Amino acid sequence: MDILSLFVVVPILTMIGILFTKDLKGARMVSAIGMGIQLLMSFNLLFQYIAERKAGNTAEMVFTKSYVWFQSFNIHYDIGVDGIAVAMIMLTSIVVFAGVFSSWMTKELPREFFISLILLSSGVFGFFISLDMFTMFLFYELAVIPMYLLIGLWGSGNKEYSAMKLTLMLMGGSALLILGLLGIYFHSAPDGGQLTFNILEISKITIPHDTQMFFFPFLFVGFGVLGALFPFHTWSPDGHASAPTAVSMLHAGVLMKLGGYGCFRVAMFLLPDAAQEMGWLFLILTTVSVVYGAFGAIWQKDLKYINAYSSVSHCGLVIFALLMMNKTSMDGAILQMISHGLMTALFFALIGMIYGRTHTRNIFEMGGLMKVIPFISVVYVIAGLASLGLPGLSGFVAEMTIFVGSFQHADTFHRVCTILAASAIVITAVYILRVVGILLFGPVKNPEFNHLEDATWFEKVSMITLVVSIVIIGFAPLWLSEIIRDSLTPIVERLALAGN
Amino acid sequence: MDFTYTLAIIGLPFITFLILGLLHNKLSHKLAGIIGSSSLGISFILSCITAYFYFFKYGKIDGAYQKIEAFNITWLQLTDQLHIDMGILLDPISVMMLMVVTTVSLMVHIYSTGYMHGETGFNRFFAFLSLFSFSMLGLVVATNLFQMYIFWELVGVSSFLLIGYYYEKPSAVAASKKAFITTRFADLGFLIGILLLSFYTGTFDFFELTKTNGHELAMTMPAGTSFLGLSIVSWALILIFMGGAGKSAMFPLHIWLPDAMEGPTPVSALIHAATMVVAGVYLVARLFPVYVLEAPDALTVVMWVGAFSALFAAIIACTQFDIKRVLAFSTMSQIGYMMLALGVSHYGDHEGLGFMASMFHLTTHAMFKALLFLGAGSIIHAVHSNSMLDMGGLKKYMPITFITFGIAWLAICGFPGLSGFFSKDEILAAAYHHNKVVFYIAVLVAGLTAFYMSRLFFSIFFGKTQHYHHTPHESPASMTIPLIILAIFATFAGYIPFHDLITSDGRPFEAHIDWAIAIPVTLLAFGGMALAFAFYFKPSTMPDKIAASLKGVYTTIYRKFYIDEVYLFVTQKILFNIVSQSIAWFDRHIIDATMDGFATVTNYASESIKELQSGQIQKYGFVFISGVFVFAFILIYVFVY
Repeated sequence: MDILSLFVVVPILTMIGILFTKDLKGARMVSAIGMGIQLLMSFNLLFQYIAERKAGNTAEMVFTKSYVWFQSFNIHYDIGVDGIAVAMIMLTSIVVFAGVFSSWMTKELPREFFISLILLSSGVFGFFISLDMFTMFLFYELAVIPMYLLIGLWGSGNKEYSAMKLTLMLMGGSALLILGLLGIYFHSAPDGGQLTFNILEISKITIPHDTQMFFFPFLFVGFGVLGALFPFHTWSPDGHASAPTAVSMLHAGVLMKLGGYGCFRVAMFLLPDAAQEMGWLFLILTTVSVVYGAFGAIWQKDLKYINAYSSVSHCGLVIFALLMMNKTSMDGAILQMISHGLMTALFFALIGMIYGRTHTRNIFEMGGLMKVIPFISVVYVIAGLASLGLPGLSGFVAEMTIFVGSFQHADTFHRVCTILAASAIVITAVYILRVVGILLFGPVKNPEFNHLEDATWFEKVSMITLVVSIVIIGFAPLWLSEIIRDSLTPIVERLALAGN
Repeated sequence: MDFTYTLAIIGLPFITFLILGLLHNKLSHKLAGIIGSSSLGISFILSCITAYFYFFKYGKIDGAYQKIEAFNITWLQLTDQLHIDMGILLDPISVMMLMVVTTVSLMVHIYSTGYMHGETGFNRFFAFLSLFSFSMLGLVVATNLFQMYIFWELVGVSSFLLIGYYYEKPSAVAASKKAFITTRFADLGFLIGILLLSFYTGTFDFFELTKTNGHELAMTMPAGTSFLGLSIVSWALILIFMGGAGKSAMFPLHIWLPDAMEGPTPVSALIHAATMVVAGVYLVARLFPVYVLEAPDALTVVMWVGAFSALFAAIIACTQFDIKRVLAFSTMSQIGYMMLALGVSHYGDHEGLGFMASMFHLTTHAMFKALLFLGAGSIIHAVHSNSMLDMGGLKKYMPITFITFGIAWLAICGFPGLSGFFSKDEILAAAYHHNKVVFYIAVLVAGLTAFYMSRLFFSIFFGKTQHYHHTPHESPASMTIPLIILAIFATFAGYIPFHDLITSDGRPFEAHIDWAIAIPVTLLAFGGMALAFAFYFKPSTMPDKIAASLKGVYTTIYRKFYIDEVYLFVTQKILFNIVSQSIAWFDRHIIDATMDGFATVTNYASESIKELQSGQIQKYGFVFISGVFVFAFILIYVFVY
């Protein structure tokens, strides 16, 4: 078994393992072990990847494998990773691991819950290792569909409505995607050879200009829906508000990243002319996203809504930076995906812990939590500081790389957009400090809260895993940034070629 | 000479922060105090050693002080050219700042072991103090603009955490939020300034940016490109100065500083008087060659902002009753002085007098203002109130505080022989030769300063003796010893030969006291003191009468010219209520409703056509037959005609 396929196989084995357990205790043990192995494997992958590069392997993708899957349409199970995929796999395994510990006390149907959760994660892992668009799309759907069940069954509030809305909007995105993918597929052999879904092969040819222009919006919007591109982001606040903790973590932390990842790996990489020509349009949309999401967050009073709007703003910045199409800004975009993934997962984990204790998510019904649950509160402050881009935490690294990179763009229009987007750092500070001030500081509002228990050990595992990751990236970003930068070369070169 | 050991100056407070932060439940208060103070003590000693080696042994080459890179690593590679480094830069101003920061910080640490005694958050307090010291030291030794920005943000957050130290008190929480957001807004300007400057110069590095060939900058700046009549470099530097103005509480970004007094008093002394708030001055001084040689327009902005803030704050200080707020406005006014001094300076030799004077005043001000704040803390500790209306006649209860506070008071008023006299004189002399209007503003401010500081001093220690619930008593030795040490500095700091050490181009020049300016200004200061003496030394109804006769003017000044209200209106009413609320509404009711609308329409459409598939044979038959008829009709029509 090759090193990459294991990332799909281990979750499947874990799911089978859960089937043999009887109750919550067994299910969570098996999940924790399975995802722990997954986490170790991703560290191993990282080191192997670095070693491979050190050894002088300059191939675009390493650890590649290819198995024929469906001969007549030339569909393969093609796998391989570059630095970006490795980084995303690291992110996913960290978030899933933390997510399992955040669901430690799932009361209803625990086995089914953990199975769905891990099924979702195996879809995500599969997506990141795929090099064949069809397989990629398959894994993508595998990640999206369990979401419906997870929210509909284990959610809270208006869960059926939210689950339906989320699934339909994402499926709408998928419909656009499949059209776009097929559009590329049918033009993947302009000289009349074998059609292919393989990204690397398609990247070597040039798809006719008109075709690019026609299909680019399908792909970009299709992935953009998942990446919370304005105005297709409204599934996010409702969906997150109703989703159970671990699902919110995974969804905002990892699944939304599939959108950004797809945007550059498929849409922009394969259709570079269209990306260059239509980029400005989406750039406007993302600039709006960044500022609009931040302003939207100021007015909310539900913790999850605040975080959902904040995600719109932060994920908007990801696509914004991708559209700047230079190495630094795209590097920043990927750092931002990782950073946002970690910190939003941390936020949702914390919100889950707070909700589990106070049974409310309305910030005005709480207050003074710092005094009663100091550990959780301190971590909340750290997450908030990461979100508002404090140096020493991951958010700063990502945002500054984006701003400096974007500002290098030769166009004044792009630089003006950068300044507008940068103004979000102030608005972010406003909504983060507002929440922190109301929620954690001040006198204890509800006397019943005086008896709340602080974090348990499994909650601490979840929090510490995420905080440590955020701090490591914040303190020593160079290694990660270099891994990503090197892998961006082919994409950036292809885009630059199209630009001339 | 290898200066790598200077890493320890910055590293020690950071390690202390980690230890105190992670183990804060497990350490006893006493141990935490000792760890915090001793690590700062070591940093202080190392700074002294560095200063000695730098100024007297190895700093000078060919008669000019050089920039020395003691340490530098690449922290993050951004583009091929641009990279963020972390390093240590030693030059006259950074070494001077190392001394200032470690001295005041050490005094504040020792003082706090007494002042914060018995507080539940004692260890947290010391952890944050260490974090602040680390960030501030990292800021002053920055080798490049981006490192400075990074530590700039970190001092901002330390300040936020320390202002909000009493987090259960809503006013403290509000103040910390206000401080952070106001300075963050200013930092946005700083960031955009950095982006602009680096876009055109391709570097963040101070060595490259400020390198000069005699009287020209070595680096070529973009010429020709201009926006609204100012060159792009001027815009970049004005935006960078915006960051400095935010941190240094310059008008109109000063609103956070008075509120920041909600923090514990040692914090006000360290952060909001001596060190962090002068970061803006330091920033301009750090980029001074660029300002003065490439963007004189930006330097003019610095000058006017400084002069206006100095006057504005001095006027407000005359009406306030909260002793810490009086000191806060005084700080703002004095920092305005330093900015003004930079603004009137040129480059090189005696032309750079303003630069030297600014750094000189920064140092002396740090000493006497920290002393004033710590003295105020000692008084508040004894009286349990911040209001000078609750004080009076404290002279006999607190002799050490009285004497040390008295020295600081005379120093800030510019009493001949004390430190403030010398540095203020240099600033006035520099202003006199550059711009007369600014000079007269500065003179007026000197008079006002003498008045409001004397008002403060007399109201606290003389005036009417209050009936105290508990008889006030002198503070413990841990608090009075730092007061005494700082009093010594405040007295003698004026005798440091700054013109030999810290100049705009690194070369010493001759400077003398300009008696033609010093004598009239000193007399004016005595006048201000005499006026305050008449009003406040003995209980008097005069001040109230004057206030009553100037009712409208007085209230306007007392309410700080209603600047806070303007801000409140813009942020609360416009941004919060109008912009955010409408965006939130728009998102729910327009965008989301459109998405829901698609679903509803789809639903409706399927509802309305589902009747077609009812399963009734009669219906299907009817449709089929009708279809056949219609079809036949069309065929006949087409073929026959």
